[in-house]
Amino acid sequence: MSEPRKAVALISGGLDSLLAAKVIQEQGIHVEGINFYTGFCVEGHTHAIRKKDRARPKRNNALWVAEQLGIKLHIIDIIEEYKDVVINPKHGYGANLNPCLDCKVFMVQKARQWIEAKGFDFIITGEVIGQRPMSQRKDTLPVISRESGADELLLRPLCAKNLEPTRPEREGWVDRDRLHGFEGRTRKPQMALAASFGFEDYAQPAGGCCFLTDKQYSHKLADLWKARGERRYELDDIMLLKVGRHIRPRPNFKMIIGREEGENRFLQGYRKQYTHMLTTSHPGPLVLIDGDAGPDDLELAAQITARFSQGRDADSVDIEVHIPGGEVHSLQVQPMPGAAIPRDWYL
Amino acid sequence: MSGSELDARRMLCPMPVIRTQEKVEQLQAGDTLTVFCSDPGAIHDIPAWCRVNGHEVLDIQQQGEEITIRLRVGEE
Ligand code: SF4
Repeated sequence: MSEPRKAVALISGGLDSLLAAKVIQEQGIHVEGINFYTGFCVEGHTHAIRKKDRARPKRNNALWVAEQLGIKLHIIDIIEEYKDVVINPKHGYGANLNPCLDCKVFMVQKARQWIEAKGFDFIITGEVIGQRPMSQRKDTLPVISRESGADELLLRPLCAKNLEPTRPEREGWVDRDRLHGFEGRTRKPQMALAASFGFEDYAQPAGGCCFLTDKQYSHKLADLWKARGERRYELDDIMLLKVGRHIRPRPNFKMIIGREEGENRFLQGYRKQYTHMLTTSHPGPLVLIDGDAGPDDLELAAQITARFSQGRDADSVDIEVHIPGGEVHSLQVQPMPGAAIPRDWYL
Repeated sequence: MSGSELDARRMLCPMPVIRTQEKVEQLQAGDTLTVFCSDPGAIHDIPAWCRVNGHEVLDIQQQGEEITIRLRVGEE
């Protein structure tokens, strides 16, 4: 017998990529999974930070999918290269700062390089025509195939019957008749197919696979770019956007305020890089100051910090301000009343 | 056969898994790797990654914030 054909499946951790891989596996193809980590993925992070979530660490859905399928999973760090996709998306953004079409092109292109290096035959994704407004439309699926350079080697098992036959189908590596013709936003066919395979307890992400589809998150990222006067970010920046309460009292600085013990502990890891403040007369949050804050700004930040401490109703609260490099200042401030903090300071 | 170490403390998942994977790629079947990490998610994710990729978890220890996972690299 000849060696089975080999396919790599893009595994996001959601149901569609699980099903797409399963459909191809059922045809005797050797399948391995690939999962890209952009830094914006919903997977993982925040559950490790907030205290209430620490007790029950959530599973990594991509690994869970791989386990259900019994396939290998390669998780690939694309944090650096992905910046250009987020900052300069050729096809623009979706409803928020999600560059879905460019993102898909980029990921399939990486998968194409991967199959070339590893001697695999083709690529599969869980895309379905009409499922997502930007990247999964009848007119955008061919854009992904073309611009990624994967062309005829990109097979979408869940909607293949509604598309032109790809090389794996034409060459008879897979049987086109046993692929699917799902279309539109409905999830019913996927759920029925999942039931037929006996899959339960799969993840059903609401908006998308990453924080860039989140309105509030995108707002904070846009604010960061505006404040810095350039569209640029480091991994620490985008991690910090997921944590704490963000308040920008003045254009030149913002405050990141821990909301509970887990967040405070996480923010402590950034103490050496950022000016930070804490309350000493009362229990309170750890606050990072991002930007260039002068004495006057720090006074204002201290009043806001006091507002979020247990001394919020006290006449005065003692605050310690730590400047990177070791300098420490003590301030005594009157907490700012909650109502005095304008709504639009909150990011 | 040799024993290696990886410091993945302060990294949030899935970074400890990614760094483990990169390290394992440089090792031989039968080698052991000790990973130090602090994200409790790693207690779940690193063993799951080992199971799907054919590596064996030898030992998991947790002391306060610090988690130590020892694994043996599988074939291939
Ligand atoms: S939701 Fe995020 S990860 Fe998913 S395609 Fe859009 S930009 Fe990419």
